[in-house]
Amino acid sequence: MLANYIGYYSLILGLLISVLLCGISIRNFNNNKQLNQNIISLSFLQLVFVIVSFLSLIISFTSSDFSNETVFNNSHTTKPLFYKISGTWGNHEGSLLLWLLVLTLFIFLFLIKSREQPKKYRILTLLFQQIIIIGFFLFVLITSNPFNYLFPIPNEGLGLNPILQDPALAIHPPILYLGYVGTSIIFSSSLAAVTQNYVSKKWGQHIKKWVLVSWIFLTIGIMLGSIWAYYELGWGGFWFWDPVENVSLMPWLTLTALLHCIVVLERTAKLTSWVVILSIATFTLSMCGTFLVRSGILNSVHTFANDPARGIFILIFLFALIVLSLGIFFIFNKENNKSSNNFFWLSRETSILINNWFMMYFLSVVLIGTVYPIFLDVISSEKISVGPPFYQKLIVPFLIPFLLFMSLGPRLKWIKSKIENKKSIIITFIISVILTFFIIKNLTTNLLFYTVLISAAFFLFFTTLKELFIKKFNNISQTISHFGFSLLILSILFNSILSSEIITNIKVGEKYNYDKGEIFFKKIEKKKESNFNSIIASFEIKNKKGKIIELKPEIRIYNQPVIITSEADIKTTLLEDKFLVMNLVKGNEYFNIRYQIKPFMVWIWISVFLLSLGGLMSLLKRKI
Amino acid sequence: MKNKFSLFIIITFLSFCFVIFYKGLNTTTNYTPKIDEKKIIPIFKAKDFNSNNYINSDKIFEKDIFYIVNIWASWCVPCRVEHPLLMQLSKNQSIKLIGLNYKDNFNNAKKFINEFGNPYSRILIDKDGTLGIEFGAYGVPETFLIDKNKNIIKKFIGPISQEIINEIKLIIK
Repeated sequence: MLANYIGYYSLILGLLISVLLCGISIRNFNNNKQLNQNIISLSFLQLVFVIVSFLSLIISFTSSDFSNETVFNNSHTTKPLFYKISGTWGNHEGSLLLWLLVLTLFIFLFLIKSREQPKKYRILTLLFQQIIIIGFFLFVLITSNPFNYLFPIPNEGLGLNPILQDPALAIHPPILYLGYVGTSIIFSSSLAAVTQNYVSKKWGQHIKKWVLVSWIFLTIGIMLGSIWAYYELGWGGFWFWDPVENVSLMPWLTLTALLHCIVVLERTAKLTSWVVILSIATFTLSMCGTFLVRSGILNSVHTFANDPARGIFILIFLFALIVLSLGIFFIFNKENNKSSNNFFWLSRETSILINNWFMMYFLSVVLIGTVYPIFLDVISSEKISVGPPFYQKLIVPFLIPFLLFMSLGPRLKWIKSKIENKKSIIITFIISVILTFFIIKNLTTNLLFYTVLISAAFFLFFTTLKELFIKKFNNISQTISHFGFSLLILSILFNSILSSEIITNIKVGEKYNYDKGEIFFKKIEKKKESNFNSIIASFEIKNKKGKIIELKPEIRIYNQPVIITSEADIKTTLLEDKFLVMNLVKGNEYFNIRYQIKPFMVWIWISVFLLSLGGLMSLLKRKI
Repeated sequence: MKNKFSLFIIITFLSFCFVIFYKGLNTTTNYTPKIDEKKIIPIFKAKDFNSNNYINSDKIFEKDIFYIVNIWASWCVPCRVEHPLLMQLSKNQSIKLIGLNYKDNFNNAKKFINEFGNPYSRILIDKDGTLGIEFGAYGVPETFLIDKNKNIIKKFIGPISQEIINEIKLIIK
């Protein structure tokens, strides 16, 4: 009850501070030489108000205060404490509050971390960021107030969707949001830099930290979502090209492109306009993602709320931001003299430009695949669904040149270069091709295509590995990231080529023989937890050599809301994952089981971790 | 000049996107497949499950009676769910059920029928799944309702439910 009021009024106070901040900064813009210290204090106060509001929502959740509509809709007294807390951001209202929290947190951090930057640039960044913050405050307060009061007070809540009751999913939204919303700072500061004609080497060095922070969080956030999908959705896949996954991948692609361009900018002060466009695009795509997910325009696992009023608000806000940013870009952006954007054909800059072309290509594939169905539906009311084959056909072949350029690009020098060590490159390449050929000789039908593709991946793998061990550690963060990427591609490819699965119906005590072994359904047990009842089965799987492993998949019947979920049991080893999931067959003693052997699964996670580790090292290196 | 022109193009494009998204918000996102209703049943030849002889489709479907063509398989889990309903429907005199055994192992299929009962007046074998395609099936289970003039008048994708049974009973009355 009390928490409800405190939360609501803190939000209003936060909004008022936004307005106040805008006023003070506009006055401060022309008056003093120094940045008004009140601005930083006010920004801190704003952060505190949002934190208070967020904490009150958490308190409402933990105390199961069902007079709060959000709590009523998304919680239940029998939920374990951990999921009561994570339920706070597992819903529309709470997740928007989290957006606000990250927005205010980042602008505060930006203000205290940018003391050596020009005053006008800092103030403008603050102003642009406050525009976004005000937009979100209004959005939360008008359309999705997390503190709506219910009377009479219900006795029990409706419960949290069971598939969201999962540890990985409890931290997935906050981390992803740190990445998503982190791009807002890049957006605001690049607009500020354009108006001040400050897009320079110095600005590049300064903004690179923020790009890295967002990029690291976004990468890890996407990975956590993917891990969750892998063991919770029970299909044994880790990426489904679901619109919502795509929506997080799109800003990642532009952010990755931006990260590479920033490197060019901080060295050579080139590509200025392009950097600004990428910054705008990244944040716009994040917002676009919020719009697509939150408005219910897409049909997906993530669309919980389906309220057109919210959709219209974000849509108008999104387009207002796009128009504002493009307007500023067109009015203020001064083209550098043309000659400075000419690169020598064989140089590090050119290779980074090539990276960008590929990123833009991948982006357009994902963008079209995600948005085109909506367009088609509206224009011709024809419904189509764009599935994995579309993305695979359009993206996978282009990975070959992408990987090759990625192996060669970092070896080039800035400005003007020539290829050195031709011999060792050729030897590495030949080794990769031969190795690939022998590995996949017996495996697939499309031998030529996979040989070329995997060779390219191995080529990058060996090149980066060699850099790691032989070369001086001058650019270790980049090498680690690229190494991680090659490992990622290799694991994904081998995983998809070598995976095998068995689907059958089986009852207790039965054995099922397949060509590589035997599945024995030993027994079932029943267990009771506070928020669900479960049936735990035990299976013994014997492989050809007679080695037995035991897997215990589970069927959970959640009580609030009543939903049956299948929990897969996964045995992970360095070489492969054994994945077993079962389903009830209605009115029958049989269970439908799906047993999958997925090689190199754990390496997919490890490689993404390496990818972000590279980013982290680059970030830390700059601070030392 | 060039700048203004590109600005104009961008604004036009953005307004277009805005309108599309705005309209998209108000359309439903539920997917309903288009059903080829009122389609004459294909002419085919198929192996009979019991006699193992080939029969022509015109011998299978007689005039003046309703038919259900049900695509099933012993490996298909939802088929087990809908099977009791098919048993119930088979007691109705004014309709005959034809089973289309889809990509199945003969012994498993036999075991399935022995275990759960046989609602079908005739079972046809569709070993490679081509017959299902001729009917326009998406997968198993799938059920087609055929009227007295050999027209496919309804198609139900996925396991049938009590509501669908009621709907069928209403049509054949």
